[in-house]
Amino acid sequence: MLAETRPRTFIVLSIVFTLFVLFLYGPIFTIITLSFQGPSGGLVFPMRGVSLHWFGELFKQQSIGDIGGGFNRSIILALIVMVLTVIVSFLAGLAFRKRFFGSTLLFYIVVASLIMPSIVVSLGISAMFELFGLPRNLFSAGIGTHLTWTLPFGLLIMFAVFNRFDPSYEEAARDLGASGVDTVRYIVLPIVAPSLIGVALFGFTLSYDELARSSQALGAKNTLPLELLAMQTNATTPVIYALGTVTTGLSFLIIGSALATVLVLRRRQARKGTDAGKGLV
Amino acid sequence: MSVALERTGISEREASTRRHRSMASLAPYLQVLPLLLVFLSFFVVPIAIVVIVSFFDYQTYDILIPDFVFFNYVDVFTANVTWQTYWITFKFCVIVWAITAVLGFTIAYFLAFYIRTLTWQIGLFLLCTIPFWTSNVIRMISWIPLLGRNGVVNSTLMGLGITDQPQEWLLFSEFSVILGFVHLYTLFMIVPIFNSMMRIDKSLIEAAADAGASEWQIIRHVILPLTKPGITIGSIFVITIVMGDFVTVTVLGGGKVASIGKSIATELSYLQFPPAAANAMVLLMIVIMMIVALTRIVDIRKEL
Repeated sequence: MLAETRPRTFIVLSIVFTLFVLFLYGPIFTIITLSFQGPSGGLVFPMRGVSLHWFGELFKQQSIGDIGGGFNRSIILALIVMVLTVIVSFLAGLAFRKRFFGSTLLFYIVVASLIMPSIVVSLGISAMFELFGLPRNLFSAGIGTHLTWTLPFGLLIMFAVFNRFDPSYEEAARDLGASGVDTVRYIVLPIVAPSLIGVALFGFTLSYDELARSSQALGAKNTLPLELLAMQTNATTPVIYALGTVTTGLSFLIIGSALATVLVLRRRQARKGTDAGKGLV
Repeated sequence: MSVALERTGISEREASTRRHRSMASLAPYLQVLPLLLVFLSFFVVPIAIVVIVSFFDYQTYDILIPDFVFFNYVDVFTANVTWQTYWITFKFCVIVWAITAVLGFTIAYFLAFYIRTLTWQIGLFLLCTIPFWTSNVIRMISWIPLLGRNGVVNSTLMGLGITDQPQEWLLFSEFSVILGFVHLYTLFMIVPIFNSMMRIDKSLIEAAADAGASEWQIIRHVILPLTKPGITIGSIFVITIVMGDFVTVTVLGGGKVASIGKSIATELSYLQFPPAAANAMVLLMIVIMMIVALTRIVDIRKEL
């Protein structure tokens, strides 16, 4: 809206924005390009031919790190964390619409977890498992640490959703005799479904890329980001870039399908939602 | 008889509504229970344990000896290294905060006030946020072929004849760590500031412009005060991330750059829990003081 009246500022700001986007995406496209190095190519330009050599190397047994294992563990953990994040955030979102004893305190605890330095959380969880003599692994400490990171995002999204949620839909359902569970199942859930896809996207990707919180908490078997962190110090070949290309590709795939699902759901809602009251007009 | 029946009928209905009410008032507690359990067992208790362990004693083979000693804290405050590490972490914090705040504000301002249609606003906003959902480590590593000795920047500089030898300060330096922070975390400023800006009633800006305010005056006297909550939230994110970071410093500092988070991580890698916990407590106190100072300005919950 300021664009018409101030064309010069618009141009300057457009340039700043374009440079910022280049700054955001430039490096990642550099390593995507370099991952297609020829077999004799190195970690930097120039490209010595173009090949899929390093992707092939990626799937062979590695001398450094356990890429395949790390990848599998990361995917499994991310899927579990995603499902738990969606369920727990949705239920808690419902709860926070009413006032209940301790709601403010719990809210501040969740926000504190979001902004707590990750290394402190990691330290606390590993010290707790050490102190109680519990086994530290992916499915004990792993899920727990990741949830302390994904749930704040999930809950904040649910807050934003329910702040804009029109309660008259539920009142109408209740007036027509729907039970509480039915109202949630048939009224609330379909309306907030696109946002739950968003929560799932946060749950999966934040867990899949999580590193700082789980760094001390996982025990011997690492996730992919932790393998990567260990690998990058002694990486001498473009294999690490091939791995970067693969995980970035996967991330883009997941973001793309989440956005597509949201669009489809929105469109369905728009189509099915607008016929109400039309017969009367 | 009939009166009696009616009476029981009423009281039964009352009982049922009462039961219903007590169920309804119980519902939020049941719904919030999973969340409560997760944060109790993986956040509240662990943080409490950090507090407790910071007073523990330790030895090489007995890493947690229950005790109530203060030497872990004494060690933190008397080591020269600590002061240097805190100083450098503060420096990162201030520089990164200043850059991300100005950059984030500029980007959000462009998106909120210079892009005409909502579709384009959302599209360009998504373009900025997508990298957030990709791997941070990969995004850090991807600077290495650009900034290294034989990297793109150095070969360009030498190709243009600006320098005749590779610039060593580009990578594995304080510069590359700050660059990495800005690259990864400007988004945490853009999102809340953009959110605040989108709520500003556009007619306020038109009114200011009609009254003859220059663009700079509109920013200074209308937009800046109204986006203060967004700036505050973004600042909290950036400050806490930078204060506690050890990953960016490890990857892009290449072992030459220190930070508080990294010193905690190093202590943990030697299984020195008590000194790590004392170090973490000091870090936490500083971060809490910074946040309290910032939240004096804004109520987070109102901003969602």
